[in-house]
Amino acid sequence: MPQAPIPTSAQISVQPRRRRLKSWLGQDFTPALTFVLPATIGFAVFYLYPAIRALLISFTDWNLLTPPQYVGASNYQTALSSSSFWHSMEVTALYVLYNIPIQTILALLLAVLVHRISRSVWIRALLLVPYLLSSVVAGLLWLWILNPELGFLNILIAHLGFGSQPFFGSTQQALPSVALTNIWQYLGFNAILFYAGLQSIPNEVYEAAAIDGAGEWTLFRRITLPLLRPVLVFVLVTSIIGSFQVFSTIVVTTQGGPADATRVIVWDIYQNAFQFLKMGYASALSILLFVVLLIFTILQMRFLRGGESDL
Amino acid sequence: MTHHRRFQPGRVLAWAVLLFFMLFSLLPIWIMFKTALTYPKDVFTSGTSLLPAGTTLLNFERVLGLLSAHENYILGGTEASINFALALRNTVIYTGLIVIFQTLFSAMAAYAIARLRFIGRNLLFYMFLSALMIPQIVLFIPNFILIRELGWLNTFAGLVAPSILFGPFSVFFLRQFFLQIPKELEESARIDGASFFTVFWRLILPISWPPLATLILLNSIQMWNDFFWPFLVGRNSHVQVLSVALQFFQTQTPEGIPDWTGLMAGAALASIPVFLLLLFLGRRVVQSIQFSGFK
Repeated sequence: MPQAPIPTSAQISVQPRRRRLKSWLGQDFTPALTFVLPATIGFAVFYLYPAIRALLISFTDWNLLTPPQYVGASNYQTALSSSSFWHSMEVTALYVLYNIPIQTILALLLAVLVHRISRSVWIRALLLVPYLLSSVVAGLLWLWILNPELGFLNILIAHLGFGSQPFFGSTQQALPSVALTNIWQYLGFNAILFYAGLQSIPNEVYEAAAIDGAGEWTLFRRITLPLLRPVLVFVLVTSIIGSFQVFSTIVVTTQGGPADATRVIVWDIYQNAFQFLKMGYASALSILLFVVLLIFTILQMRFLRGGESDL
Repeated sequence: MTHHRRFQPGRVLAWAVLLFFMLFSLLPIWIMFKTALTYPKDVFTSGTSLLPAGTTLLNFERVLGLLSAHENYILGGTEASINFALALRNTVIYTGLIVIFQTLFSAMAAYAIARLRFIGRNLLFYMFLSALMIPQIVLFIPNFILIRELGWLNTFAGLVAPSILFGPFSVFFLRQFFLQIPKELEESARIDGASFFTVFWRLILPISWPPLATLILLNSIQMWNDFFWPFLVGRNSHVQVLSVALQFFQTQTPEGIPDWTGLMAGAALASIPVFLLLLFLGRRVVQSIQFSGFK
């Protein structure tokens, strides 16, 4: 590859060190430096530095007003022995359990339906509308629809004779209501991702199986599901990680209430950091969340063999 | 297409189920617009009707700050001034700055990582990738502290700083594409004496228009709706973006009797750009999102 003019023998003898340096740094080091510089600064200042700093802050007691005090691992000890941390973890896990199975199964069903009966891009576009809205809008929308006195759905339920439901206002129903809001927002999006996965399965596979007399359910279980696995794992991993970090819906609808019934972990961290100014304790909580998510992701990739495709 | 014909009888049922899902997805949005178009006092009686009792643009005028605070109060709103026109402007600035510069700088980095030979290239790439693994909240606490130390709270600088130079997904997404461009294309240009910068600007960026458009679209939707970070550092109304302004508007309304028509007008206003996007670029939006799953 003729990248540079061939050096004369005089140049070679004069600049052996520079040549060696250049081959060590890589042939395109100088232009590469300019190309990666802005992104690397952004990464170093707003990703790498804060990641390290979060860890350091987690070993201190700091309210931002007085200098931080080193306290060792006591923030972690406090968190792990406090009922509020475990309560938040439990609420978060419960939320993931309400959210993910229903959302994933419905999205799969929807994707298969759309794939089977219509290739119209507009049907998919309409199903995507909730995803395109801000989660603040989605939260406000469901707060209004489920409003006990005036909400559309609640009046409808009352007409059907079930009586008005408190939804976001009751300790029993608040968390499922938050889950409903997010299922509404992400159902179409997940269905579209599954749809894209279905499109990549060659039609001949189905035709061959259909000739062999396989029924609808057999086709789905034996062909669709295994061939869809990479997309399924991707959607599951990203939506579980997202659910663990649910926040904006909580800010708009319940603020962690009533009676801490929707006090998910990120809300807990937010309050500790930005309302109680306990930066050290909040950072420790955030690191614990990170560890939980990391373990979870590794386990999921292991068990579901996400990287491999059967196709 | 044998299996298509085989299941014809189920098609009616399939369409019925699909229509139910469409209704589930779209009815709440219809109710948002219906409420936004209802007179504030009619909201208590409109119940399950699917049409507003009497259509009015009053609520939109209210939330755009076109009525005085007193008029607003009489109509059932709050005395607190709400100005979504300003929030709309702020959201345009926030989204525009981040999308333009993050895409450009990420494309530069992605090109170097995909094509140039330099020490630490793979290390740099894996470090960039690892940024995708860290939960937002872990970074938000120290980033908030840093922005506060810099005196950038409630400024656009503070709002855009963490995202303007680098986005892990953007770098990853574009690198995947740049790797697929045939090397011969650039090499012939390089032999003709073009620098890497010329090659990048004149060759790589123009032929990468489809993935760049996809990325710009995905990032625009995400930044337009972004809430958490602006909620932390951009609470002042001069820099408030729409999602934050909406949340503040909600907390300002009197306890027990929220200004639903005003809230829904604000929510509709925040959503209109996205609907326009879908209307004009529907196919492109759908394809971009379908593509985003195949990282």
